[in-house]
Amino acid sequence: MIRFDCRLKRSDFLFDAAFDAGNGVTALFGPSGSGKTTAIRLLAGLESPDHGRILLDDMVLVDTDRGINTPPHRRRMGLVFQDALLLPHLSVQSNLTYGQRFTPRRERRITLDPVVAMLGIGHLLSRRPETLSGGERQRVAIGRALLTSPHVLLMDEPLASLDQERKLEILPFIERLQGEFAIPTVYVSHAVEEIVRLATTVVRLWEGKVVAIGSPAEALAPEPNASATERFNAVSVLTAKVKNLLAEYGMTVLTHPAGDIVAPGRFDSPQGDVQVTIRATNVTLATHKPKGLSVRTVLTGQITALEADGGVFVLASIALPGGDTLRATVTRLAVDELALKPGDTVCALIKSVTISDRNRAASVN
Amino acid sequence: MRHKVSGNRAESVRSQGTTVALTAITAEEWTAIALSLKVASVATLASLPFGIVTALVLARKNFRGKMLLDGLVHLPLVLPPVVTGYALLLLFGRKGPIGSFLEQTFGMVLSFRWTGAALACAIMGFPLMVRAIRLTMEAIDQKLEHAAGTLGASPFQVFMTVTLPLAMPGIIAGALLCFAKALGEFGATITFVANIPGETQTIPSAIYTYTQTPDGDSGAIRLSIVSVIIALGALIISEILARRTVRHGARGA
Repeated sequence: MIRFDCRLKRSDFLFDAAFDAGNGVTALFGPSGSGKTTAIRLLAGLESPDHGRILLDDMVLVDTDRGINTPPHRRRMGLVFQDALLLPHLSVQSNLTYGQRFTPRRERRITLDPVVAMLGIGHLLSRRPETLSGGERQRVAIGRALLTSPHVLLMDEPLASLDQERKLEILPFIERLQGEFAIPTVYVSHAVEEIVRLATTVVRLWEGKVVAIGSPAEALAPEPNASATERFNAVSVLTAKVKNLLAEYGMTVLTHPAGDIVAPGRFDSPQGDVQVTIRATNVTLATHKPKGLSVRTVLTGQITALEADGGVFVLASIALPGGDTLRATVTRLAVDELALKPGDTVCALIKSVTISDRNRAASVN
Repeated sequence: MRHKVSGNRAESVRSQGTTVALTAITAEEWTAIALSLKVASVATLASLPFGIVTALVLARKNFRGKMLLDGLVHLPLVLPPVVTGYALLLLFGRKGPIGSFLEQTFGMVLSFRWTGAALACAIMGFPLMVRAIRLTMEAIDQKLEHAAGTLGASPFQVFMTVTLPLAMPGIIAGALLCFAKALGEFGATITFVANIPGETQTIPSAIYTYTQTPDGDSGAIRLSIVSVIIALGALIISEILARRTVRHGARGA
């Protein structure tokens, strides 16, 4: 368990944030300049706060009042950087074991073989970092951090410098980390899909301050007085169950109290809950159940709020049976012409291709 | 008179022609060559640790007086060598403040000794060495060092396992430059430790002596050829070392 409470003043930026990070993945989420990376650097000891405390279980890593500031190499935090930063003069194997030799022998819980097997990097061990692809490098960087048997794993936008295909290649490995090594992880990202897929808790940052803490669904909901761009990025998280698999079409039908959700791909938890994320900009509203449309997913709910700021767009919140809230970005013109108002029952149409899933099996990417 | 001498010399060079290189190297010349190698090697190896630390400080630290340190290191590069040699004589001579201290406490005398020649060469080669090492150190991505720190390496371990290996090409180049400078050093050496055969007479001072002697040309040419061979040899060895560090990295240390 990490307790973090730090203040840091820069000429053009004030960082002042407090949060706790327990087991599982705690995601620090926010746009660039929101202080996510500052928080990670403070945790790793690469930056020192003007005021504050950082506790790790019962260890005090930083306490400015008592003059405690543990240097990075004694913090036992495994940091994975955005650009892998492998040591160019060492082989992959030496990079992997680099941190291990600084770890006290009795604290080496994690050993080379399972890490290499889990990350699928056995064939790369004798290679030089410069000969690896971006995705391979990032896997080695994750392995290198793991092999220090860290108390906490810190990941600073580990996928940001990779293209979409490479991201899909790495994400399953990061998901599997929790199952196989169970290391509390702090994960920094500005990509909603990554956060929803990985995080147990989301800490949402805005201009150096914490604006929301909670489950992905809670913390990712837009603020009541959010700016137009923030509304544009609004995302809903819906919880459903797997109903049946349309193997010949490569699709899965999920049941939700508001209607069936038809999603591409194969889902791996036939009994448990499945979470899907839907961007507000991908939702279409209709006053009647439409006919003759290619859209397969139609959810029925009740409008609870229409937030307009006088611009082109309106953010609609729709309460669905079962308790989930779906958000839709529609134009003010459409709201006026359809005469939408809170309390109306509407159908929300979602194109399957835009549904991004949280718990999809890694094998069918 | 002077014209006459140089005229004679030009004539004798022409008359000796290609036989010069084949003429045997005399015992005195071997002494000068051996002494030069000893002085240059000691100067390079003894100043290398200081050169690495100075380069590290200049590349990584910001402090008051950094410009002053930088200027001091580079001074021998821009001063007339004779001035450097004279300053060494004033400071390290037996009556100089540092020289008398060294003699009284350690019984160590530098002036007019080969050790003094090594000191003069080291000081003259130092700016070249520091410059080469500093440039490679500045080119190292400091985020690599931070990464090593988060993996548990203390600042000293980071220096030994990341900074030093990555700076190795620059360290080799710097050492070579210092060695070459030491082999050719003349002005500061002759001012500080004079030109004593067997003690302080290095290849350049021996060549100088030959050029001041009638019929000294064959000796001067022999030693010049030896200088070329040593310089080329040093270049080749440094190139091999540089390649080996790269390959060494490839195998993964």
